[in-house]
Parts: sequence; C-alpha cells; structure tokens
Amino acid sequence: MKKYIKDFEIKENISLTAQYSVLKLSPIDGQMPKTLPGQFVQVYVGNSRNTYLRRPISINYIDYDKNELWLLIRDAGEGTNSMIKSPNGSILNLIVPLGNGFSINNGHSLLIGGGVGVAPLLYLGKVLKERGNEVSFLLGARSKCDLLLLDMFSQYGNLFLSTEDGSMGEKGLVTQNSVMQTDFDFIQCCGPKPMMMAVANIAKERNIECEVSLENMMACGIGACLCCVEDTASSGNVCVCKEGPVFNINELKW
Amino acid sequence: MVNLNVKIGNIELKNPVMTASGTFGYGEEYADFIDLSQLGGFIVKGTTLHHREGNPYPRMVETPSGMLNAVGLQNHGVDYFINTIYPRIKDIDSQIIVNVSGSNVSDYVEVCEKLAPLEKINAVEINISCPNVKQGGMAFGTTCSGAESVVKAIRKCYNKTMIVKLSPNVTDIAEIAKAVEASGADSVSLTNTFLGMAINTETRKPYLSTITGGLSGACIRPIAVRMVWQVANAVSIPVIGLGGIMNGRDAIEFMLAGATAIQVGTANFIDPAITIKIIEYIQDYMVRHGIEDIKEIIGGMQL
Ligand SMILES: Cc1cc2nc3c(=O)[nH]c(=O)nc-3n(C[C@H](O)[C@H](O)[C@H](O)COP(=O)(O)OP(=O)(O)OC[C@H]3O[C@@H](n4cnc5c(N)ncnc54)[C@H](O)[C@@H]3O)c2cc1C
Ligand SMILES: Cc1cc2nc3c(=O)[nH]c(=O)nc-3n(C[C@H](O)[C@H](O)[C@H](O)COP(=O)(O)O)c2cc1C
Ligand code: FES
Repeated sequence: MKKYIKDFEIKENISLTAQYSVLKLSPIDGQMPKTLPGQFVQVYVGNSRNTYLRRPISINYIDYDKNELWLLIRDAGEGTNSMIKSPNGSILNLIVPLGNGFSINNGHSLLIGGGVGVAPLLYLGKVLKERGNEVSFLLGARSKCDLLLLDMFSQYGNLFLSTEDGSMGEKGLVTQNSVMQTDFDFIQCCGPKPMMMAVANIAKERNIECEVSLENMMACGIGACLCCVEDTASSGNVCVCKEGPVFNINELKW
Repeated sequence: MVNLNVKIGNIELKNPVMTASGTFGYGEEYADFIDLSQLGGFIVKGTTLHHREGNPYPRMVETPSGMLNAVGLQNHGVDYFINTIYPRIKDIDSQIIVNVSGSNVSDYVEVCEKLAPLEKINAVEINISCPNVKQGGMAFGTTCSGAESVVKAIRKCYNKTMIVKLSPNVTDIAEIAKAVEASGADSVSLTNTFLGMAINTETRKPYLSTITGGLSGACIRPIAVRMVWQVANAVSIPVIGLGGIMNGRDAIEFMLAGATAIQVGTANFIDPAITIKIIEYIQDYMVRHGIEDIKEIIGGMQL
C-alpha cells in the first residue's frame, strides 16, 4: 500500500479523561489515504530535544464520509502529551499508512483490548461489521473511567467489559471474563504484552485462531532500520513495523 | 544551472547527497516518498558473508536529539543480496554502494570479490567501525594496523572504488585515515556511530539488549564536523562526511569542513523525504552565494 507523508489538521481534540484524548484529523489536501484496520501512523512531534523521533500511533477509526482519521492517545510522556495538548486547528504531520492490518475473517470475532490497546479495535470492528460479521468486544481497564469510546464500540458489536476494581462490567482481568468461555471463531487482540500473552495462551488451549498487535519500540516505522524486530518461528527476526504490527500467535515464539 | 557533480574515486555522483548505511534499507523502503534516481547515491544495509540474525530486541532507545541502536548487522548475507535484492534495485539511476562488514579479513575479501562483477555496483563502503558486533567490526577500525590489514587485503582483489568508513571511537581519527589512505583506499567516510549507553533508572536495566550501542543523530554533529575537518586536512583522498545531518544547512557545514560528499542517516527516519530537500537547499545556497560549482564549497571554511 502506498505510504504518504501528509499534513493533517486537528478538527477536534476531545479530552476523554485526564490521560486520554481522541484527535479527529482531516488531511489538508482532502485526500484520505487508503488504510486497513490495524495499520498505524508515525506522528511528527519534533518540537523538543526529548521528542526527536516520530511516535507510532494506531489508526483508531476512519470516517470516510467526514474524511476523518482518528487517533486515540494516552499520555505516556512528552510526545503523546504534546499531541493531547494540541489545539483544534493545529497541524500534525503523519506518515500513513504503516504496517499490515488485522485479517478480515468471515465469522464471529472476539476483539479483546486493554488500556490504549483498544484503539485499533474500533476501526477493525467497523470493517468486520460492514462485511456482515458478528463482532463482540471484550474491553478491559483498571477502572470505569478508563473504559473509552464505549458508545462508539457498541455501534459495531456486543460489549463485554472488565475492570480490575469492579467499577464496571466484571471484576478482574479480561482473561477472567466469562465471555472467554463462550463460542467464537477468531480472537483479535491489542493491549499490554502480559495481557496479549495470557489471551494467546487461552486461544492456544481452545484452539482458536488468534492475532495480536505488537508495540515494539520503533525508530523509522517503514522497515528501514531493523530496530523493532520480533523473533518469529519461521523467519527469525522480522520488523514489527513492516511485517506486523499484527501477527498470528503461531508466528510468535511466545 | 549550478554544477552539483562530485567524484569519489572512479564514480561520479550527480550531487553530493547520499544516504547512510543501515538507515535507508535497500532504498526500496523510501520509494513511496522520493524519486531515488535524484540521489547522488545510496549506501545499502551492512552486508556480511553469511546470514546474521543481529542482536536481540530491544535494539534502540531515543536519547536527547538522537538515538542509540544495537541492530548488529542483521542481513541475509551477500549471496542473498546478489540474487534477490540486486536485480530489484539495479536499474535505479543512482550510484548504489554496498556497505561491507566482516568478522575477519577473509570475510571482507570474499564479500568484495562476490560484489566486484556486479555491473551497477561500482563502489563498496568498508565498515571497519560497527560498534554493535562482538568480533571484528569496530576492532579493525580502532587501530592503524587493524585498518591497514583489511584495506590492503581488499585492495588486492577489488579494483573498483573503495570507501572506508571510519570509527569515531578512537583517540586520533586522522592517524587511522592516513593509514587507510596509504593502504590503497579511494575515499574515507566518517563518522559511524559513537559508542554510547543508557540506563532505565526505574527498572535499573540497560535500554539495549547489548548494554552499549551506537549513538547517531543531531547530537553527534559537532563532533563529526570536527573529525571531518581533521581528516580532510590529513589526507588527499575525498572525504565523505556524515553524522547528525538533519537539513541542507548541516550538509553545507560538512562540505565547508572538507567533505566532498555527505550522507544522511537518522534524519531519514524523521522525514523520509529529507534528502530531496537537502539537494534543493544546496542548489538554492549556491545560487544565493553566486557559486557555480559545488567544488568551491568543499573545504571552503574561511578563517
Ligand atoms: C504500532 C504501535 C501502535 C501504537 N498505538 C498507540 C495508540 O494508538 N495510542 C497511544 O497512545 N499509544 C500508542 N502506541 C505507544 C506510543 O507510541 C508510545 O506511548 C509513545 O511513543 C510514547 O512517546 P512519548 O514521547 O509520549 O513518551 P516517552 O517519554 O518517549 O516514553 C514514555 C513511555 O512510553 C514507552 N514507549 C515509548 N515508545 C514506545 C513504543 N513505541 N511502544 C510502547 N511504549 C513506548 C517508553 O518506554 C516509556 O516508558 C503505539 C506504539 C506502537 C509501536
Ligand atoms: C539503525 C542504524 C543502523 C545502522 N547500520 C549501519 C550499518 O549496517 N553499517 C554502517 O556502516 N553504519 C551503520 N549505521 C551508522 C550510520 O550509517 C551512520 O554512520 C550514523 O548513523 C551517523 O549518521 P547520522 O547521525 O546521520 O545517522 C547505522 C545507524 C543506525 C541509526
Ligand atoms: S522501526 Fe525501523 S524497521 Fe521497524
């Protein structure tokens, strides 16, 4: 897929919680690049000595009618903080789209997300639903206020929720949620690595196809520097930014 | 029209702007962003005799105005390059230069012998300065005798242009450059990355799997400019300058210090189209200063 370096205008910066914002972006030239769910962008934040490189961020949602690309940002440090603080009307430079997306399977997918890892699942759920598939979301967070964009998710599938403190949905980790025991054809997952590994184990035990989206540290994001590698079963070290970030768990040495 | 042509050994570059090994893949990764044929040249990934898996993850960490890397020369080996990559890139109308690494002298020689017959590869860049591999690599580049042994052996079997990439991790880089020149190199390029290290103070763990790694980016530029100036004053073969070039101004700075050509590395990660902007800047600079031939800029610092 052709990649672009493109300026986007922040149409709307919506603060969801103290830590999270959604940025709704539109391309300045009006031309929205073709993207797939699970792909990401590299955001230019080179405005201080501590944010020298671009920051990889998943595509959260695409609204082709409004010509909008959404990013869901968690304040993790200077770069993401500067994105969250960017006012409406300011410009973000992106390299887009990067990596390979999730598989678009026919069947019932359970999309499991934790923390900011829920980001790519919204776009994925939208596309799966539009193709006529049954979609269920299992979203986990520390507490109720960290469960984000629930009204959006509920448009595209059934919602199952877990919070560590029990303030919403079932109490505990996503892997303990009762929906994990029910029947579905695929699992597609993005979140903290320990969560993805636990989900992968359950998928293996139950013999369910499972994809996870990795967040290895990246420099270029375009397969040029070989910094972001993951050791794989069939091909050794491969670039997460180019061969991933989505991998079938059978490919990984987890 | 201003004249941007420069010559390195026997190869002509249509302009002095090249890309640095390990930061530009095989060129193809950038084809969506720039017209590769506009580049003076591009240096492909470090190539070794045999396949190398490189170092374990994590291999990079960002540092103030730069980054540390510990890739460790991951590549599929020279035969893979010749059979699979070369046919895909050989028709790009630019100088394609292969960066060669090895852990002993005979490895370097064998890789160069295999590359010599390739019609479109008219130069190699010998990496005697990689800080990220245990054996060889930088070890050859940190002593005059080590550098001489590699360069002399390659010179016996390789007749095309040989550029030798110097390590900055030495006390006197001009001494090494002189030894390399005397051993038959056609050009030197400098600098490679600076040996560095960073620790996560919360976990008390090093950020890199190899503990130490190579520092690149804007933070190294003033040291690299100084080294280019020292080397250009010490040798008569052309010097290729690199280290933290982020824009056209930085490129001119290296040329004023004595570089005949320059390479852009880490800056490609931040702006994959930066090389083209640098070429345009150089043209504008020349017009602005009434310079017709780029050679007037080389070593043109005024005291
Ligand atoms: C493919 C991919 C998709 C991502 N999608 C999103 C997203 O949709 N929304 C979002 O908020 N974040 C996402 N991230 C994580 C995001 O890139 C990092 O949080 C960000 O780079 C941190 O930069 P900073 O300057 O804010 O913080 P820094 O001060 O640079 O780092 C703060 C903390 O974040 C960690 N960090 C830095 N870079 C990364 C990284 N590449 N991956 C994971 N942790 C990192 C650091 O180790 C540190 O602990 C994604 C990462 C990848 C690789
Ligand atoms: C990720 C990465 C990989 C590199 N790999 C190589 C390599 O294989 N061979 C080599 O000679 N130099 C390698 N280098 C060094 C660069 O070519 C260059 O010398 C250095 O980064 C300084 O230039 P810069 O500051 O413009 O990046 C690498 C640098 C980086 C950042
Ligand atoms: S981040 Fe450079 S290869 Fe993946």
